[in-house]
Amino acid sequence: MNINIIALIRAAVLNGTPLLFGTSGEILTEKSGSLNLGVEGLMYMGGAFGLMGVFYYDRAAGAGANAFVAIMIAILCSLLAGMAGSLIFSFLTITLRANQNVTGLALTIFGTGLGQFVGEQMRIKVGGNVAISNGLKVVFADGVFPKAMQEIPVIGPLLFSYNIFVYIGIVIAAVMAYIMAKTRKGLYLKAVGESPSTADAAGINVTRYKYFATVLGGGISAVGGMVYTMTIAGTVWNHTGLAGEGWIAVALVIFCLWKPLNAIWGSILFGGLMIMYIRVPIAFIPSQIYKIIPYIVTAVVLVIVSLRQKKEDQPPASLGLPYFREER
Amino acid sequence: MNEKTPFIRIAKREDASKKRIWTVRIAAFAVAILLGMIIFVIAGANPIKAYGVMITSSLGKKSGIKQVVKNAIPLLGTGLALAPCFRMRYWNIGAEGQITMGAMAATYFALNWYSKMPSAVLLLVMGIASLVFGGLWSAIPAIFKSRWGTNETLFTLMMNYIAIGIVAWLQGGPWEGKPGSQIIPMFDKKAVLPKLFGVHCGWVIVLLLVAFMFVYMNYTKHGYEIAVLGESENTARYAGMNILKVTVRTAALSGAICGLVGFMTASGVNQTLQSGVAGGVGFTAITVCWLAQLNPFAMVAISFLLAVLSKGASGLQTTLSIPASISDIITGIILLCMLGCEFFINYRLIFRDKQAKNGKEAA
Repeated sequence: MNINIIALIRAAVLNGTPLLFGTSGEILTEKSGSLNLGVEGLMYMGGAFGLMGVFYYDRAAGAGANAFVAIMIAILCSLLAGMAGSLIFSFLTITLRANQNVTGLALTIFGTGLGQFVGEQMRIKVGGNVAISNGLKVVFADGVFPKAMQEIPVIGPLLFSYNIFVYIGIVIAAVMAYIMAKTRKGLYLKAVGESPSTADAAGINVTRYKYFATVLGGGISAVGGMVYTMTIAGTVWNHTGLAGEGWIAVALVIFCLWKPLNAIWGSILFGGLMIMYIRVPIAFIPSQIYKIIPYIVTAVVLVIVSLRQKKEDQPPASLGLPYFREER
Repeated sequence: MNEKTPFIRIAKREDASKKRIWTVRIAAFAVAILLGMIIFVIAGANPIKAYGVMITSSLGKKSGIKQVVKNAIPLLGTGLALAPCFRMRYWNIGAEGQITMGAMAATYFALNWYSKMPSAVLLLVMGIASLVFGGLWSAIPAIFKSRWGTNETLFTLMMNYIAIGIVAWLQGGPWEGKPGSQIIPMFDKKAVLPKLFGVHCGWVIVLLLVAFMFVYMNYTKHGYEIAVLGESENTARYAGMNILKVTVRTAALSGAICGLVGFMTASGVNQTLQSGVAGGVGFTAITVCWLAQLNPFAMVAISFLLAVLSKGASGLQTTLSIPASISDIITGIILLCMLGCEFFINYRLIFRDKQAKNGKEAA
């Protein structure tokens, strides 16, 4: 079997990047005790609105389109869409005390519908495929580092050849890990997720932390959706949309044991598992079975974690549970 | 009242009158419809006309009504299946996978045993197989949950995709019809659920299930055990209930009914097995069940409403060329509004000024 290991790793990293955003965002959300099952919907919204922003910018600016501006617009549109979506979730679950699971699923229905709708509406208006001009397309797909660095053997393609989102994603995960481990705010956030009543008694504003983490987390997840449409899907809106990317991100949160640093290599691993069936076909494992490996691995991890009962590997203790001060 | 009293306070309301409950719900529904109108305006359509098209294309014609009933059957069946789990505070969000596994088990007999037995027996065997497989698939996370506390929300979620992947593999591999077609052959006529008034007889089955679930949840020992366990695990334990048994039994029952829904969809609607046999029903049904507050009769109404929406949206696509995905948006808006409105039924808002006044009057 002739397998190009470097090409495989590169593909795994590129495929894992949308997951990295989706997962990092959801980790932030879940650390505050909110289980937002709307990630799939948020990523759809991010994907569609990110594409829409760039598309209209491309049309308005014409040949003078600026690469940096285009990327900022893509990030901003998807971030805002995701934050708006998770604000709905936060308002319903935190302020109006609705059930988290059900609200998250309703958000997924709403978000996938909205994303699909925006994508198709653009297609109808343009009368064909939504296409970004080639000049801008390249901006999203190309490496950010100078050619010379990318051409260093082995290290070049492995470390320096990626589009900008790969590096942004890694930075976000690293910063998140730092904040959670080393700062007071991070500690408070974890306290809220573990035991909101204790945090409340200690004078931490539970509601504010929950809102902040859930809204920002949703925004970051949605950026992942944009990264998917702008890099993997090739700047077009497909009928299949994001095809379950958000659910894999939810799975990956478990696999990473709610730790942002694990999300970096976890997303590369999952990204790799998702494309292995194309790159490294194994004769006796059918491709469809290959595709469900991430889910099987996640389920196994979930079981092992609950069997071992190791304290630092557990989900945030109040995950998915409502917190109402007067009901404790 | 000193200045530290927050501007708005929230207090639990125990005694909301029937009138108030329905006023709030109808208001929330109206808000959702209005928000939907805004979406139509953005889409460049006349909202009144669009709603009109939705209603006429779903309820105006016989074929439309048939399609609505067909859409409502799996939603209602799955919603009913989930009710005991939710009463027990066991978050089974694996209905999607349980439906798929049930459909798979039924399909095995439809493909291999159709020549060996008469139609009625074959359908019975298929139904039982789907019940067993759906139930087993659902029992796995339940066992882990009650033995080791494995988070069932996340576990059942993973089980969905494993089930769908297995069927996708069967579809492209061992059970494939024409090589390369990626399609499982159509069922023999004997393996197809007969029609009653133009729709496959699954609607009779789900209506029977409504009655069954109502009795099961409210008038049986099982139903009582489920309710106690849902209220407090410790109470259930002190009362001498076997937590493991009750949890696994309830989850298995729920999965079994989901499996039956899968059988009805595969046999009655698709007449074959596809990996997308559940098609999101498992997720939508969760919201159906919750909005109905686990009441089987309310589920009939809600699943019917959502079925009208989805049929109406496909009418929109053909007549006004608005993407059918708008039905998901409107469904989502309705669900979110209805979820939010429960707050105003269960809680009271107390404003600072008003309270100060009331306080003076009392004094």
